[in-house]
Amino acid sequence: MSPESPESPESPDGPVDTRPDLLYTEEEDALRAAVRDLLDDHCDAAGVIVRTESDAPHDLELWKALSSDMGLAGLLVPEARGGQGATHREAAVVLEELGRAVAPVPYLTSAVVATEALLACGGVEDLLAELASGRTIGALAVALNTAPGGPYKVVRQENGTLHGELTAIADAAVADVLLVPADDGGLYAVDASAATVIPRVSLDLTRPLAKVVLHGAQGRRLGDAEPAVRRALRAGAGLLASEQLGLAEWALTETVRYLKERRQFNRPVGGFQALKHRLAQLWLELVSLRAAARNAADALATGSDDTDVAVAVAQAYAAPVAVHAAEEALQLHGGIGMTWEHPVHLYLKRAKADAIAYGTAGGHRAALAELVDLPAP
Amino acid sequence: MTDATELRRRTQELLASHPPATTGRLDFLRARFDAGLAWVHYPEGLGGLGAPRSLQAVVDAELEAAGAPDNDPRRIGIGLGMAAPTILGFGTDEQKRRFLRPLWTGEEVWCQLFSEPGAGSDLAALGTRAVRQGDRWVVNGQKVWTSSAHLARWAILIARTDPDVPKHRGITYFVCDMTDPGVEVRPLRQITGEAEFNEVFLTDVRIPDARRLGEIGDGWRVAQTTLMNERVSIGGMRLPREGGMIGPVARTWRERPELRTHDHHQRLLTLWVEAEVARLTGERLRQQLVVGQPGPEGSGMKLTFARLNQEISGLEVELLGEEGLSYDDWTMRRPELVDFTGRDAGYRYLRSKGNSIEGGTSEVLLNIVAERVLGLPAEPRTDKDVAWKDLAR
Repeated sequence: MSPESPESPESPDGPVDTRPDLLYTEEEDALRAAVRDLLDDHCDAAGVIVRTESDAPHDLELWKALSSDMGLAGLLVPEARGGQGATHREAAVVLEELGRAVAPVPYLTSAVVATEALLACGGVEDLLAELASGRTIGALAVALNTAPGGPYKVVRQENGTLHGELTAIADAAVADVLLVPADDGGLYAVDASAATVIPRVSLDLTRPLAKVVLHGAQGRRLGDAEPAVRRALRAGAGLLASEQLGLAEWALTETVRYLKERRQFNRPVGGFQALKHRLAQLWLELVSLRAAARNAADALATGSDDTDVAVAVAQAYAAPVAVHAAEEALQLHGGIGMTWEHPVHLYLKRAKADAIAYGTAGGHRAALAELVDLPAP
Repeated sequence: MTDATELRRRTQELLASHPPATTGRLDFLRARFDAGLAWVHYPEGLGGLGAPRSLQAVVDAELEAAGAPDNDPRRIGIGLGMAAPTILGFGTDEQKRRFLRPLWTGEEVWCQLFSEPGAGSDLAALGTRAVRQGDRWVVNGQKVWTSSAHLARWAILIARTDPDVPKHRGITYFVCDMTDPGVEVRPLRQITGEAEFNEVFLTDVRIPDARRLGEIGDGWRVAQTTLMNERVSIGGMRLPREGGMIGPVARTWRERPELRTHDHHQRLLTLWVEAEVARLTGERLRQQLVVGQPGPEGSGMKLTFARLNQEISGLEVELLGEEGLSYDDWTMRRPELVDFTGRDAGYRYLRSKGNSIEGGTSEVLLNIVAERVLGLPAEPRTDKDVAWKDLAR
């Protein structure tokens, strides 16, 4: 679905001149419109707030509409393997919209991260097709704060059964299958019913975490954990930037709208220069984040040699911008922004959690130091 | 319709009748202008053929391959970028015929007499007066930040012709003869030690009414054409990674391990990321322009580059340690060309301070983004309906 992007490979000495396609295609715009329509109808902020304190913080009906009805869970899976045969560029557009609505669905965790882990393994066609259909939700049992290439916890493998505890597993509460790395270097598929999943009170109410406890659970070995986890986390980190862009866009749009309306001192407060400059600054950051996020999505989609750099740049840039946008939204809304009733807190909590997810900005900068030869002292 | 093939044919014809190897530079440029190959989107007879602007590249490529001389566009940027579109848009036929050819060939350099000591961000408040006497205007006032004034034959000038109406309405646009005895040009030395710019004092300068551009009192609208063209020229270029101000400091970091500290490392990586993202943002803007979907993103690029240039060059001076305490040369000079990344780190640091002031301060640009892109209300204005002469000064 994505146009060919000519890519000039990195030369050893000359300047690096990548040529990513940073725009949205017409198909991507149409996809965005369809997802936004669905979310406008089925994912209003008040409903999300109520849901966060219910027994079912995830919206599985919305998930069904997105995955089974619209086929979006299989974007990254080739058609021959039961998916839609699209690319990271389209998945990024979906994530922008899910971020804008701070939608409580396991899209990033199942349709991107767990799916990428399976794509790295051979002979898992059944599981891959199930995840692509959206009928099965998968979760990679690696702590959400793990950076691509970073260390992660493993469980003990004894005679084909798995033992141990894994913490900070995002969306595990709704997962049907857990992809678990073990101490023998393998990645195992474990049926969620064979594990004890203990929800944890999470900072981000819309992407809750859980602890996964395995007491001799049966696992099916899928392949080597290391390459699968690395690939999954890299795609997760790269596409997270698009979710962060969506979060920041909501924060800016909603704050601009409110400041045009809200009157104090007999004028709309959006006319005060001190506030206008802050919003203009935020807009600049968003414009830049869009370029960085598109660049990461395009690099992942085309398999560019530059992907590691593109992902690290996007994550080093995105997290502070999304958090800044949410924090500005709260402050500029004044008292109403501090209430439970107003949705800005959902965005702040997601943005702050996203700043830790798949590696911090500082962690990605440290990765860049190696990648672009700017070594530490 | 003039298409690429036709343009190629005409270019080859020009090259055959005026072989660059045996034709004087100026003769060649004049012949190129007369052949309509100077700026192909201009009208016939004025250096163009009424062709699409995008086809200029076809002509340029043919001429470059043939080793033909160019008109050194960097030296005559104000003429090409600002004066020419304004003359084309608002000049009389006589004015277009008189001015455009020597402007394009570089025989006559142009400068811009807009900013004043009392009218910077609030340019429309300008106080240089032009008083009508018969078929002439007598001009008195002071202009500032005028690059090339000491080289210029002509200037585009805006002056107040009616102080009794609100400020935007009483301005008229002129072409000023820089050789008039009432024009005095003084170099304006800046913090780098050199003088890129000038102050220009206008004392009883006489301008024939035939050198007025546009209607009397319509000068603000005419000036918008000039200023819009100033902003268009910013930021359409492709840059490789590390292509801007970050390049020299990254090279220093790689080549001089003894300078490295942890603090500098953190700051360098943060700025490297921002510079790379700014490069991608510019690239995305360029891609939008190519497919004919210009977005409002362009208004932000200058803001971003101004801040980054300042922060990056500031870091570089610190990173250099003992060397950062030196400066290459404070000698007062008048450079013909400005190179933001030229010279050493200290120069880059000081020169980049101007990036957030020249061509619209960052504060004014943030207002423009807030009001035109985000649609936020303007601050209440106290000067809109007041005659210029009654404004507080």
